[in-house]
Amino acid sequence: MKRVNLVITILVFIFLYLPMIVLGVASFNTGLDVATFKGFTFSQYANLFRDESLLKLLGNSVVIALLSSLIATVFGTLAAVGIFSMKGRMRRAVMTMTNIPMTNPDIVTGVALALLFAFTGTMLKINSILGFWTLLIAHITFNFPYVILNVMPKLQQMDPDLQEAALDLGCTPMQAFLKVVIYEIMPGVISGALMAFTMSLDDFVISYFVTGSSFITLPVEIYNYTKKPIQPKIYALFTLMFAVILILMVVMNLLQARSEKHSKLHNEKRRM
Amino acid sequence: MKSKLLACPYIVWMILFTIIPLGIVFYYALTDSVTGQFTLANLAGMGNYLPIFLRSIWLAMFSALICLVIGYPVAYFIAQCKPTTQRFLEMLIMLPMCMSFLLRTLAWVAMLEDTGIINSFICAIGLKPLPLIRTNGAVILGMVYNYLPYMILPLYSVIMKIDPRLIEAALDLGCTPRLVFSRVILPLSGPGILSGITMVFVPAVSTFYISQKLGSPGTTLIGDVIESQFKTAYNPNLGAAMSLVLMVLIFICVAVMNRFGESDGEEVIAKV
Amino acid sequence: MRKTIVCLLLVCVLAFSLMPAACASDNEITVYNWGQYISDGTDGSLDVIAEFEKETGIKVNYLTFDSNESMYTKLKTGGAAYDIIIPSDYMIGMLIEENMLEPLNFDNIPNYQYIDEAFRNQAYDPNNMYSVPYTWGTVGLIYNTQYVSAEDAASWNCLWNKDYAGKVLMFDNPRDAFAIAESILGFSYNTTDTAELQQAAELLKQQKDVVQSYVMDQIFDKMQRGEAWAAPYYAGDFLTMVEENPDLAFSYPQDGFNIFIDAMCIPKGCQNKEGAEAFINFLCRPDICAANLDYLGYSTPESAAKELMDPEVTSSPVAYPDEQTLSASESFSSLPIEATQTMNDLWLGVKTTGSNTTLYIIVSVVAVLAVAAVFIVMNARRRRKKARRCK
Repeated sequence: MKRVNLVITILVFIFLYLPMIVLGVASFNTGLDVATFKGFTFSQYANLFRDESLLKLLGNSVVIALLSSLIATVFGTLAAVGIFSMKGRMRRAVMTMTNIPMTNPDIVTGVALALLFAFTGTMLKINSILGFWTLLIAHITFNFPYVILNVMPKLQQMDPDLQEAALDLGCTPMQAFLKVVIYEIMPGVISGALMAFTMSLDDFVISYFVTGSSFITLPVEIYNYTKKPIQPKIYALFTLMFAVILILMVVMNLLQARSEKHSKLHNEKRRM
Repeated sequence: MKSKLLACPYIVWMILFTIIPLGIVFYYALTDSVTGQFTLANLAGMGNYLPIFLRSIWLAMFSALICLVIGYPVAYFIAQCKPTTQRFLEMLIMLPMCMSFLLRTLAWVAMLEDTGIINSFICAIGLKPLPLIRTNGAVILGMVYNYLPYMILPLYSVIMKIDPRLIEAALDLGCTPRLVFSRVILPLSGPGILSGITMVFVPAVSTFYISQKLGSPGTTLIGDVIESQFKTAYNPNLGAAMSLVLMVLIFICVAVMNRFGESDGEEVIAKV
Repeated sequence: MRKTIVCLLLVCVLAFSLMPAACASDNEITVYNWGQYISDGTDGSLDVIAEFEKETGIKVNYLTFDSNESMYTKLKTGGAAYDIIIPSDYMIGMLIEENMLEPLNFDNIPNYQYIDEAFRNQAYDPNNMYSVPYTWGTVGLIYNTQYVSAEDAASWNCLWNKDYAGKVLMFDNPRDAFAIAESILGFSYNTTDTAELQQAAELLKQQKDVVQSYVMDQIFDKMQRGEAWAAPYYAGDFLTMVEENPDLAFSYPQDGFNIFIDAMCIPKGCQNKEGAEAFINFLCRPDICAANLDYLGYSTPESAAKELMDPEVTSSPVAYPDEQTLSASESFSSLPIEATQTMNDLWLGVKTTGSNTTLYIIVSVVAVLAVAAVFIVMNARRRRKKARRCK
């Protein structure tokens, strides 16, 4: 049984990574056609770094992802604490609302926000309402649930006595939150923020419906690129991003492993 | 009492940017695109698109099932590895989610095309090229490829949490490994299966990019039609009506699926 | 904890410091043009936008669309402001009717003098208040000579030929697609008769089994690589394609074809009208126009520019067909709103007719639902049983 699972796992990983390898190889191809490898070149990378607009779009994506995940994390964590102290029907109502963007398909969320912005635009007679701010609003909106749904379980796991103890020892509720609660829920906050960041960085569908003319993110422009004769520098960009993300993930993994080992040792020492 | 107020900004935000937009979708669905007057024509015409709705649901369901069948062994395998390996494999599953799905799908196009990588290979060994792209199979492949990680991760996190003592107990009480799987492990991973299916089904049923690139002109999906109403045909009212119907359909599907298990979805999604 | 807060603050500062780069500068224009429709400096051509920026100091925010209809939708949906758009004739007529264009100040466009008389005061803009021609061209049949014979390619029927099933591409916009069906049926491209439009839609539905996909600029890729063998497209783009793949050829189908003018306009709500007019003026300058169209392959409305162009291009019968060929052509005029609506609805019908698998799909969905229902019932029964046992 285990061997069968191993084989399936290997096949699935090949399946997942094959297209990326194809793109990686294509980024070194002199020819335009992905299917035939004509010769090895770095010129696509040179073209990429000469293309300021593409790099600017990448910058746009990063700015939106950073800001939206940051805002969603701060307010989402506060909200999670608030929701946690709610009871009964109120809590259920808020959680249902949180789940709406999760169960709604992206296209419906995108369309709904686009209609909202278009509607407000005509009401307020603002000509170019779609831009940086609308994009940021949309991203924050779909980032919220990721943060809340990551923080809530941590709050549930937290020992309620901890907070009370802090209050008994003379902390104000704010201090109790900053000095005790936040440490307990930190792993949830971090994983929520990371998830929000990646979702926002790679979001195409919602952004596609709420971008105007002044501020465009990379995935939306990539979609435009795929409707034209493809330019191989896109493959170069993809390969570079792949390498960066891979390195980041490996480093994070190693750090986590080390800190875990460290804390284990620490605990053992303490026990001795 | 006070901490409830922490959720206020969040609640206001979500009402502004998820509840009200849905109201506006309603409003658009019930008005005429030219005169702006109240009409039921948009919704009444939905019958014409029934085949498209059914086709979308069928393809998405099928993809979700395939994801489950190949995702489960992978999740199971990962859950049984050493913690360090586990973390590494989990990262490898998450990595594709961070990369542009547009370009990864495009890589499949390059592989499956009539003059693509696979077919040129087949031609090179002297066989006739196969009709790979522009079939239902290609669309399903695209969906499985793009959304498989969304199946594996919830499954993995649920399987990992199964108490090994339960399995030992079952074995001690005379269960065969197969019975252990079907009586203990499978029922306990129910919530993971449910949230995995939801997380694959929802984006798959509303996709438009995958069917545009890998499907044939005869396999238009509902996402394509909605996108075209908002992006090329300028009939946001019809598009809104379709989004509305799609949303309701998905809520029904998710509700039906949730009847399978009793656990509430909120907790499961959070574990992804 | 303090460290975390400092980190967060740093991230904030970083993000906000990046923002000015993202925000629009004052002297900027937003140009909304067809994809692949300006010389961009590849293959040693002139980079028109960079040249304009260098000369005038106005920054250009350049965006593209892939059909008149998608441009119209974007304008109509609102929320985005553009300073220059370059739609085709019938679309300009429609935009003028809907009062969506800004009248041009021709004092700022002295180079308008170079535009040939034949391209002024067109039917879509009779008083020439709103538009300055950018290019003109024709629609023809592009085919791969390795697979498609010249006789077959002499008529639009080629695109219905079962021998080429799966190798035919088709326009992904209603007006161009309907025009091809209307040529075959012998109707005018500007018919508003619902029955005629329905017949054309019927013909387009019949074509579906043969069509590989409905695309616009992806035609370049697909034709160059031989993924598709026959496609209707704009003559100027054929000249670009044939450079990559010499097997391609072009024909003017005998059933008639479309001739169009694309012109530069300023939409209502533009933010920098003077900058936009400067850009129009710049593109009309004969040397720029010549360099731009040398690269594009489209035909120029300026004789002064034609003289500066590569004689190989200007002598090409594809870019500049003779009078006799052109006698079979017809231009689009803007249709009344009802006819446009009918056409859009019919086009949606064409795009959404499925293959014959519908029944099969319905059956399987019903089957899935049935299985689900059985599961639920069984689950409920088991649960009930369990509950009873517990009692």
